[in-house]
Amino acid sequence: MPLFEYAPAPESRSVVDIHSSYGLFIGGEFVDSAGDTSFKTISPATEEVLADVAEATVGDVDHAVKAARQAYRGPWGRMSGADRGKYLFRIARILQERAREFAVLETLDNGKPIKESRDVDVPLAAAHFFYHAGWADKLEYAGLVPAGAGLPRPIGVVGQVIPWNFPILMLAWKIAPALACGNTVVLKPAETTPLSALLFAEVCQQADLPPGVVNIVTGAGDTGRALVEHPDVDKIAFTGSTEVGKAIARTIAGTRVRATLELGGKAANIVFDDAPVDQAVEGIVNGIFFNQGHVCCAGSRLLVQESVHDEVIRKLKRRLTTVRVGDPMDKNTDLGAINSAAQLDRIREMSGIAEEEGAERWSPPCELPSRGFWFPPTVFTGVAQTHRIAQEEVFGPVLSVLTFRTPQEAVAKANNTPYGLSAGVWTDKGSRILWMADQLRAGVVWANTFNKFDPTSPFGGYKESGYGREGGRHGLEPYVTLGDVQ
Amino acid sequence: MTTLASVGERARDVLGVGRVTNQALTTWLHGLPGVDQVGCEARAAALGTRSIKTTAKAWGIDMAISMIDLTTLEGADTPGRVRSLCAKALVPDPTDPSTPRPAAVCVYGDMVGVAREALSNSGIHVAAVATAFPSGRASMPVKLADTRDAVAAGADEIDMVIDRGAFLAGDYLTVFDEIVAVKEACRRDDGPEAHLKVILETGELVTYDNVRRASYLAMLAGGDFIKTSTGKISPAATLPVALVMLEAVRDWRDQTGVQVGVKPAGGIRSSKDALKHLVTVSEIAGDDWMDPDWFRFGASSLLNDLLLQRQKLRTGAYSGPDYVTID
Repeated sequence: MPLFEYAPAPESRSVVDIHSSYGLFIGGEFVDSAGDTSFKTISPATEEVLADVAEATVGDVDHAVKAARQAYRGPWGRMSGADRGKYLFRIARILQERAREFAVLETLDNGKPIKESRDVDVPLAAAHFFYHAGWADKLEYAGLVPAGAGLPRPIGVVGQVIPWNFPILMLAWKIAPALACGNTVVLKPAETTPLSALLFAEVCQQADLPPGVVNIVTGAGDTGRALVEHPDVDKIAFTGSTEVGKAIARTIAGTRVRATLELGGKAANIVFDDAPVDQAVEGIVNGIFFNQGHVCCAGSRLLVQESVHDEVIRKLKRRLTTVRVGDPMDKNTDLGAINSAAQLDRIREMSGIAEEEGAERWSPPCELPSRGFWFPPTVFTGVAQTHRIAQEEVFGPVLSVLTFRTPQEAVAKANNTPYGLSAGVWTDKGSRILWMADQLRAGVVWANTFNKFDPTSPFGGYKESGYGREGGRHGLEPYVTLGDVQ
Repeated sequence: MTTLASVGERARDVLGVGRVTNQALTTWLHGLPGVDQVGCEARAAALGTRSIKTTAKAWGIDMAISMIDLTTLEGADTPGRVRSLCAKALVPDPTDPSTPRPAAVCVYGDMVGVAREALSNSGIHVAAVATAFPSGRASMPVKLADTRDAVAAGADEIDMVIDRGAFLAGDYLTVFDEIVAVKEACRRDDGPEAHLKVILETGELVTYDNVRRASYLAMLAGGDFIKTSTGKISPAATLPVALVMLEAVRDWRDQTGVQVGVKPAGGIRSSKDALKHLVTVSEIAGDDWMDPDWFRFGASSLLNDLLLQRQKLRTGAYSGPDYVTID
């Protein structure tokens, strides 16, 4: 324990009202499922049951899609962009007003540290609604359709399936551009983190959003499949694993349904010998330990120039001894709980394989809580490109360290992966940054920083990391058409 | 204590040269890893969001009080004003005898005798600014005489300023030689040498790269402490600057085995600011610096804010500025 021992500083959970059970949000109202199955959502930090949530059936999904279709034909599809913008601004302001409530609920349901939900997830979610609210009446000028080809039109009913790592933020990434462009949505949150989406449903009511514009159906894989396979859905937007993304692509192949897929990643975070080393160490920590490493664009492969490898690793290990692991509700916690028992198993399995393959495992001394799902920050050194830990996505607080000798070798190793979502470059040379950004096959390349997000910046992948972009002008494109779909 | 000879020897050893030249210093200082401004400020801001409550706050407030160099550096300083400040240092809060005392009282050289007499053998150090403080614009003999004068009058600590003009002109050897010479002037034949704090005046160096280079130069030349500012230039102490300097002393000890202290000075007025600095000490440099021998605050109004917060923790209610003595 350091001399300056921080006393517990827990955020109060009394700001949020969690109901004992939740129905589905369809047509602007909370309704019971037609089926009688439900599931429990728990707090991964304590395994405490938070609520009982309805599992939407095929019939429920059909009901939701019908509500979305009706809203699209009715008020929403015909509403002016300026009026749609008014609703989006309203939602953004309500998200800001209720930010603390959302942050606490997100941390309880997801296990992420309160300082991240408070300072990143919720403010960014609100920023996405503000940004897209501004676009709603300017789509004509966004250059989305060729000159003389008329106005960009909405596509129709969009089915959206989001993951558990950034529940409210991914909801915002999906719903804000869809609504700004005039579409209506049926959204399925992840089965381990449905609560913030259900609170968002209350926000839609509070904002007087016309019924059916946003519908939330909770459930697991079967519910998601029902939504993806529904014949009256015009477009699918999915964020999640590459495996499920491929299944979705197969399902909709040969149909008129479009898709954007934001899938896995195995990002290289590349540190050159002239990098600002203390900030690079900070960027490595932020790259892989932000949100427990449950980040599709996490910098899970550290590529460090061999000549500075020892110094960087020494400094990285010292830095990791100050990472505070524990109660996500404590304002001083840096690393929270792993989201689920299944994910913890996956991280343990991958770490075990890395050890068997000969990588050297290291974690700082840290005491993990006895209840809940926990994994210490972990660094594997001596990792080779051929090891599975360097190839497969772990989606946990586990860093693989590899070395390189020249910029060319760094690029070759960074690109030598089926994924291509993001990359980081640490160097003091501006020209090298530009050269690297040109060479790296990744949707986002961060220079001397990592895991920075902004609604104005398009985000998306190369190769098996998916297709389509979210955010920025590019993120509007998948939600409009020339009019071939009605 | 390092002697002049050993400082020169260590410098040659660190630089790997037979003679310390400006070229050797330039090569070494410009070869240090750069500081990325955005990343550095983001890290400092993140440390500033630590939530320090209850027992941690009480511990931090007492630690911060014990780290203060209670300072008066005005043209209008009089023996009466200095004696009054010393009395405040001896009894910071008359309503609570358990209140810790600050580490030192910091005055101009001509007031050292007054402070020395007032503090006698209380254990509170007398620190004096020297070397044509605050600008440092004087000839070397004047700077050395200024230093010797304060040492002879009984100063335990000397706060010197570097020649920022020479530093910014790339004349690192001049800065190095001056620090070495002032360090020599801190010696006493009849007792322990005065501790040397080297003021970088980071507000005039402007970039974090310069702050890191000046920190290394001061440590190489034998400074016992590196200090941010005179308090006469804005900006004075900022959290990112303290962060860069704490990284420097931490890495310097790794490299040479020698521990150097850090003193942010000027502009730290609130308990909250002081606690943010202590968080940075703890998470960047570590426990070995969490001690008045290795970390100081150069401040005047900070003490009273810490005392108000201390009273609040004790009584549960905020009092007001009239419930702590002005000096």
